[in-house]
Amino acid sequence: MKKPPNSLSMRLKTFARGGVHPPELKLSSGQPIEELAPPETVVIPLSQHLGVPSEVLVARGDEVKVGQPIASAAGFVSTNIHSSVSGKVLKVDNFMDSTGYRRMAVQIQVEGDTWIDTVDRSDDLVPKTVLSGGDIRKKILEAGIVGLGGATFPSHVKLTVPSGKKAEYLIINGVECEPFLTADHALMLERSDELFSGIQIMMKGLGVEKAIVGIENNKPDAIEAMKRVTAGSPVKVQGLKVKYPQGGEKQLVQALLKREVPSGGLPIDVGVVVFNVGTVSAVYDAVMKNRPLIERVVTVTGKSLVNPSNFRVRIGTPVSHLIEAAGGLPEQTAKVINGGPMMGKALASLDVPVVKGTSGILLLDETEARRKEVLPCIRCAKCIGVCPMGLEPYLLMTLSEKAMYERMEEEKVLDCIECGSCSYTCPSSRPLLDYIRLGKGEVNKLIRARKS
Amino acid sequence: MNKFIVSPSPHVYSDESVPKLMYGVIISMLPALGVSVFYFGIGMIIITTVSILSCILFEYLIQTYVMKVRPSHLDGSAVLTGLLLAFCLPANIPFCMVMIGALAAVGIGKMTFGGLGNNIFNPALVGRVFLFISFPVAMTAWPEPGQWMKYTDAVTGATPLGIMKEGLAFRNVGEIMPEVPSFLHLFMGKMMGSAGEISAAALLIGMLYMMFRKIITWHIPVSILGTVFLFTGILWLVNPDRFADPLFHLLTGGLMLGAIYMATDYVTSPMNKRGMLIYGVGIGIVTVLIRIFGAYPEGVQFAILIFNGFTPLINKYVKPSRFGKEVAHG
Repeated sequence: MKKPPNSLSMRLKTFARGGVHPPELKLSSGQPIEELAPPETVVIPLSQHLGVPSEVLVARGDEVKVGQPIASAAGFVSTNIHSSVSGKVLKVDNFMDSTGYRRMAVQIQVEGDTWIDTVDRSDDLVPKTVLSGGDIRKKILEAGIVGLGGATFPSHVKLTVPSGKKAEYLIINGVECEPFLTADHALMLERSDELFSGIQIMMKGLGVEKAIVGIENNKPDAIEAMKRVTAGSPVKVQGLKVKYPQGGEKQLVQALLKREVPSGGLPIDVGVVVFNVGTVSAVYDAVMKNRPLIERVVTVTGKSLVNPSNFRVRIGTPVSHLIEAAGGLPEQTAKVINGGPMMGKALASLDVPVVKGTSGILLLDETEARRKEVLPCIRCAKCIGVCPMGLEPYLLMTLSEKAMYERMEEEKVLDCIECGSCSYTCPSSRPLLDYIRLGKGEVNKLIRARKS
Repeated sequence: MNKFIVSPSPHVYSDESVPKLMYGVIISMLPALGVSVFYFGIGMIIITTVSILSCILFEYLIQTYVMKVRPSHLDGSAVLTGLLLAFCLPANIPFCMVMIGALAAVGIGKMTFGGLGNNIFNPALVGRVFLFISFPVAMTAWPEPGQWMKYTDAVTGATPLGIMKEGLAFRNVGEIMPEVPSFLHLFMGKMMGSAGEISAAALLIGMLYMMFRKIITWHIPVSILGTVFLFTGILWLVNPDRFADPLFHLLTGGLMLGAIYMATDYVTSPMNKRGMLIYGVGIGIVTVLIRIFGAYPEGVQFAILIFNGFTPLINKYVKPSRFGKEVAHG
């Protein structure tokens, strides 16, 4: 393993409370981003983002080109969706997506690879934009950009600072604290100039003077690359100790600025807006190259996989296509995860499409995928020790089992970020987060009932 | 079509387990066990073996025939209770009494409340106090160290704390100190006392091992030892003729064993750091109050049991520091 140079290992920052350090297992680290050819058909869901599903613009039989809008934002917290391929619309129907539910999507039969002509497909770097903040936000909405770290919150909304709030810092999340995932790492190595340009665009869109890129110290080459391109600019690159869940917004803001986002609040409450490096890359493409969000980098990985890889994939490509490209599905695969092992979602089928929020596809073997037998709580308090939000997971689980939802609300269950550190660490293998999630749902129902 | 497992995140787990933690504590006790075998010989071997086997047996019998649940007698917790019980008994105690103590520890201390994780009081201490009340003579006759081949026939004497308590009725500290072992002997463990409590050095090694393995944090042992040191230190500064010096208090009695192994029992101690500090300071204060102003020469066992009783209250009202201040919902 490569040792980080001394200048980097000094003054590493991290968040204050809790955290765990699962084996990093970045098997696809160092693999270049490989362009994956479009499959025969794609399925592009109308709900790939947090907020209102988009309104479909095409119908069966329509011819579409790469980059052509096929659905439009159906409200402020919503966004546009574009065709990632050229071809013919086969169906607008319900298809199973990564949530396991069948939801509305556009199925397109791929024919050739014809792009809309406004897209600049060259690799020429465009370092500066003349657009105003408002125009930048408009372009970002037009291009259908959402947070690519996994939360998929529409980016134009985040860039619109609510009245009464003031943005001071733009924070770029290059932490990639989930084990196995390397997509952001690959982006920082291969597209550092584009990322720097993208960061400047977003600073302009947000109206801030200061930006910090946070990167964990297990990616010294990425820290170096980003430091090189940002040298002499107001964009700072900060190395961070390797600790999960540092990529959580609240944890990252605290690690970098020692500011605590209030309970129930957002980073903007402490003058900060956080974007993932993948999102920055997409913003660059959208603003400088007129290229809508039709593809993303996805890590395909797993201990038994032949070629763990980083692929640039068209949105809507079935997961099975990615696994084939990485060497095929190993026989002993028992669980397929959309995302990382700590917060990703298990998939029921390999037919589901890659969507804007798909950062990785992780294959787990039978031996890794099984949960261990649940034993009684021995009150070792390890769950409290690792909770990054200062909660008491053992207590929340008990309250959830006993349906004491009002008490759960008092015990701040809604602060839980569902990082899974408690379940990960429990020596009795208790399903802490399962019960906490259940309780959160019930508490949210209580709150809604109280408001109405 | 492949059938995949679909379950909520997280999808990977640490390799922590209950047996791993329990046997980790047991490994950390081996230096202290070694010192005890060195000083008390065959007696230590007999009571330790009987205590561990009895705890396993009673746990198995109660779970199988009374509670009718799958027995968990090999998860390490019964072995640990047995080892801890042996550590706080005199090495010359008849083995049938050890068995009675084990029955009290596992039966009353643990299974009555529903088994591992549910008990309020430290099972080993419940067993010890049960024996202390039932067999006061046997429980206060301490074998002199160095009688390897002797068991119940060992020559006995008083503990340093006993000598101090007795002596202070007529004399001052300066006159008594020559009668107790030197600090070096106290530190290494050459003194009379419960079988496993004698060597502060070995117990401290065990504590460092447990901290290194992240089995325990510093909060409970350090707050107990610190409080005892401060409290007895203040008294000593006020009147060094009436009160023994703080180092004497740290190295004698069951303080190290109690602070490092009894008070840190997961099940019966508070679950967050602030709570642990309150608990540790409380145990320290009550220990000193009993030692100096109470009827018994030693008070750690009672102090820990009292604060075991407070633990649910501490857990309910002392909260960890939450992330972020509240904002008005709107």
